[in-house]
Amino acid sequence: MSAFRLAGGGAVDRARPLAFTFNGRALGGLAGDTLASALLANGVHLVGRSFKYHRPRGIFGAGFEDGNAVVQRVAADAPANELATRIELAHGLAVRSVNCWPSPRFDVGAVAQLGARLLGAGFYYKTFMWPDWHLFEPSIRKAAGLGTAPGEAVDDAAYETRFGHCDVLVVGAGAAGLIAARTAARSGARVMLVDDGFAPGGRLLADARQIDGAPAQAWIDETLGALRAGGARVVGDATVWGYLEHNMLAMVERRPGAGLRQRAWKIRAKQVVIATGAFERPIPFAGSDRPGVMLASAARTYVNRYAVKPGTTAVVFTNNDGAYDAAADLARAGIAVTVIDSRAEPPDGATARLSGLPVDVEAGAVVQEALGRGRVHTAVVADRGGAARLLSCDLVCVSGGWNPAFHLASQSREARAVWDDARATFVPQSASSRFHLAGAARGTFDLQGCLAEGARAGAAAARAAGFTVAEAAVPRTDGEAGASIEPLWFVPPPSRGKKVFVDLVNDVTVGDLALALREGYDHIEHVKRYTTAGMGIDQGKTVNVNVIGAVAAMRGLAPDAVGTTTFRQPYVPVEFGAIAGHRAGMRRTPVRRSPMFDAHVAAGAVMYEAGLRWQRPGFYPQAGEDMAAATAREARTVRTGVGAYDGSPLGKFLVKGPDAVRLLDLLYVNDFATLKPGHGRYGVMLWEDGLVMDDGVTFRLDEHSYLLHSSTGGADRVHGHIEELLQLHYPHWRVSVLPVTSQWANVTVCGPLTREVIRAAGTDIDLGRDAFPFMTLREGEVAGLPVRAARVSWTGELSIELNTPARHGLALWQTILAAGKTFGIAPVGSEANHVLRVEAGYISTGHETDGVVDVIDLGLGRMVSKTKADFIGKRAMAIGRAGNPVRRELVGYLPADPDRLVPEGAPVTPQGARTHSEGFVSACVRSVALGRTVALGLLNDGRARHGETVFAKLPDAVIPMTVVPPVFHDADRARVKG
Amino acid sequence: MMLIACPWCGPRDESEFVCGGEKLMPRGEAAGLDDAAWLERMMIRANRRGPHVETWWHAKGCLAWFAITRDTLTHEIAPEGAP
Repeated sequence: MSAFRLAGGGAVDRARPLAFTFNGRALGGLAGDTLASALLANGVHLVGRSFKYHRPRGIFGAGFEDGNAVVQRVAADAPANELATRIELAHGLAVRSVNCWPSPRFDVGAVAQLGARLLGAGFYYKTFMWPDWHLFEPSIRKAAGLGTAPGEAVDDAAYETRFGHCDVLVVGAGAAGLIAARTAARSGARVMLVDDGFAPGGRLLADARQIDGAPAQAWIDETLGALRAGGARVVGDATVWGYLEHNMLAMVERRPGAGLRQRAWKIRAKQVVIATGAFERPIPFAGSDRPGVMLASAARTYVNRYAVKPGTTAVVFTNNDGAYDAAADLARAGIAVTVIDSRAEPPDGATARLSGLPVDVEAGAVVQEALGRGRVHTAVVADRGGAARLLSCDLVCVSGGWNPAFHLASQSREARAVWDDARATFVPQSASSRFHLAGAARGTFDLQGCLAEGARAGAAAARAAGFTVAEAAVPRTDGEAGASIEPLWFVPPPSRGKKVFVDLVNDVTVGDLALALREGYDHIEHVKRYTTAGMGIDQGKTVNVNVIGAVAAMRGLAPDAVGTTTFRQPYVPVEFGAIAGHRAGMRRTPVRRSPMFDAHVAAGAVMYEAGLRWQRPGFYPQAGEDMAAATAREARTVRTGVGAYDGSPLGKFLVKGPDAVRLLDLLYVNDFATLKPGHGRYGVMLWEDGLVMDDGVTFRLDEHSYLLHSSTGGADRVHGHIEELLQLHYPHWRVSVLPVTSQWANVTVCGPLTREVIRAAGTDIDLGRDAFPFMTLREGEVAGLPVRAARVSWTGELSIELNTPARHGLALWQTILAAGKTFGIAPVGSEANHVLRVEAGYISTGHETDGVVDVIDLGLGRMVSKTKADFIGKRAMAIGRAGNPVRRELVGYLPADPDRLVPEGAPVTPQGARTHSEGFVSACVRSVALGRTVALGLLNDGRARHGETVFAKLPDAVIPMTVVPPVFHDADRARVKG
Repeated sequence: MMLIACPWCGPRDESEFVCGGEKLMPRGEAAGLDDAAWLERMMIRANRRGPHVETWWHAKGCLAWFAITRDTLTHEIAPEGAP
């Protein structure tokens, strides 16, 4: 047994020794230890070096409140910034220090302490700004920072997400939470009890208390047993880290078993009991960051729960009564204890706790400085007159009071932090009907009070959730010290130049706070950001109130006049993997595949997403072809022969009912009343604000049925738009809309040889030019498969879209390709399709339209109905055009260099100067029809500027371009209609 | 994540819905307004702090469009006509 392990007591298993290594050194601990308690049992206090100044740092707390004892597990998938206090000891555990090289004792980076004057608050805004912060950033980042990110990606199977539902969620299984859960469960409510410790019990595990005359553990066990037997769900080693809307709470469960690292929960609770406890806060003094200085509550935890002496000679520095119980427990464990109480007259109720124990109390004095290098060896104690004396010690325990863990109440937005003078802390005040605060989280720090309040909160929560609760007796506890306190936010240093660290994690000193105030950052949120106090990995759990108190003292204000900062999520670090859960890769964004997907892949197509998660073939490279070559070949094939394009993703809607035509006339700028069955019409749809929303062809199938096509990417918004109109604005109209996009596969045959291919495949449809003219629809069969054939084109070539029920899509695709073989047919991807549509001057929503383009700008003004009284966007378009403002109009551009491609989105500026743009390039392709690059785009007053030379302004070049009409091929549409 | 009461499906997670923003005057009623009033009613969102009426689409559910009163400060939700 190691020198600092007590012979008896504690919740460690002396029969189960565990071997581990720290910085390569072989050490031993016991089952039930944390890494921190095992290190202390071996006398190891120096754990690592600090974030900024590389000062020696040790174990300061005993749980999540400690951001000081940061370590790195030696494992490829270990996360960064784990806390020694939050690693459960396991056999073979290997851990090293962070932020120091070669070792925490001899750290080369500690020279940062010499340059400390350059590294004060806001140093990165000031010292390193000239000539350029980015010159300094890499080395500063390397010198700072803590652990390292996992070296290899963690398998996403190591995480899962899960929903939880309950009537009453109790957060925190300390005394208040346990009795709250028990009381609520008795009513029959579905109860979920969550605790973030390795074992439920909270401070009961650390404070060696008695309940109903027996050690508290017996009461914990009995309560948990009753809860489990009653069907309550008890989740341990889990933290509720966010309180979201409508009682949705986010929780992370660590190491839930089944090989999982973390499991993320979304819990919807009817009622919540917040019993999250409180954190002890320190009293910063010079050297209070040294190893060997720790919170009194932590020292008490190590002695009582882990049976470890964190030192042999201790100074307990306090401003309140509670630390006397800690001092007593330390003394009973055989530690020589001196209490230094900053108050002139500690109450009898406090000193009586030490009766019969060999503990000296010095009142009206403070610990002014801790001396020592890798470990404190002396405390400098000063009395009120300023006289100082030296006290030899190897442990300084500090207690500055307690801060309720306020985060969940704060995030609920239904509680405010109210300063309480008697308790010298902020306590939450709330009249919420959704949650109930209980115990130390509410500022009730005595055990008897916690039990009474927990029982009350559990009953109130169950009642609010609709259950009936019978009164039950609250168990009796043993006595404890009182709660009186005199605030002390920090002890001024004995001389200038000695640092008093208020935030150990981010190396923020009291001097930094003063500097921030001197420089005008006097709002507490500004102080926080400028100094980074409370922004470390512990999120200031222990020190936030010290920062507020210190700022208040320096500004001569009361703490509530300074106020608190926002308590942000997540409350503890949560791995990204847990939040993503199983939603990784394809499971994150499920993709859509057309029925022909496998055929495209088999043909070697490069597949990518093209709108609304549809996977489409981009191009089908043949041996030796790159993307440009394949695209050019496919486009040329369509211009000179025939191609086949998978048009299945195009948005399709069946519009049906006597008022269908009313709806179409409302949706589109053009007239639909005159459209005959079997015929189609291209339409443009606007938003109410007059801007272009979508476009596409609508066919009239019969008297009251229409087939409406939207763009691929616009299908969802078109659907929402139509439903909104019909449900909210015109509910009396007799018309329904049914999305049928996925019900139909679409094989678009395009090119001069289109008819030959379809005839070769075999069809009963007369494909003749007069029998089946442009913009008509025919039903029949192709190769024995049922089709709706539509004569539309987006390529500037003769084109027939063959729509067939999705289950026939693959067969139709393969049949067309086989039948087209003798005609040199080629499958055509989106890239070639893009080239063809740009050559033909067809717009693509999202390319040629943005948040300012109306239908007249696109040169489609002749489509706009002059007879319709109303259509969506009509009025706004008219208002927007009143006074003839300059409009950006669709134009074509021919780059002066016929080989030059201009990037999409390139601005066009007067003379190519670096000034406001007068237009932009929306698409630029290598035209196979013209053998040169061509572009589309928008240009101020563009239609009046054909023939002019304009300039695309790139970061490194200016490209002259001639303005031309926005159509480069088949301007009279003879080929399309042929 | 809010819990939104769909008139057909009952309370469902916010992730099933698309927010349509502040509810505007029905188009038909707005037709009689002059241009300035029409722009004010149909184009300008009041962006209220407190209760306002807004529309939602149950896009990953029954496809119903409906209106609710939501307090933009507290997320408290009530039926459309509620005070």
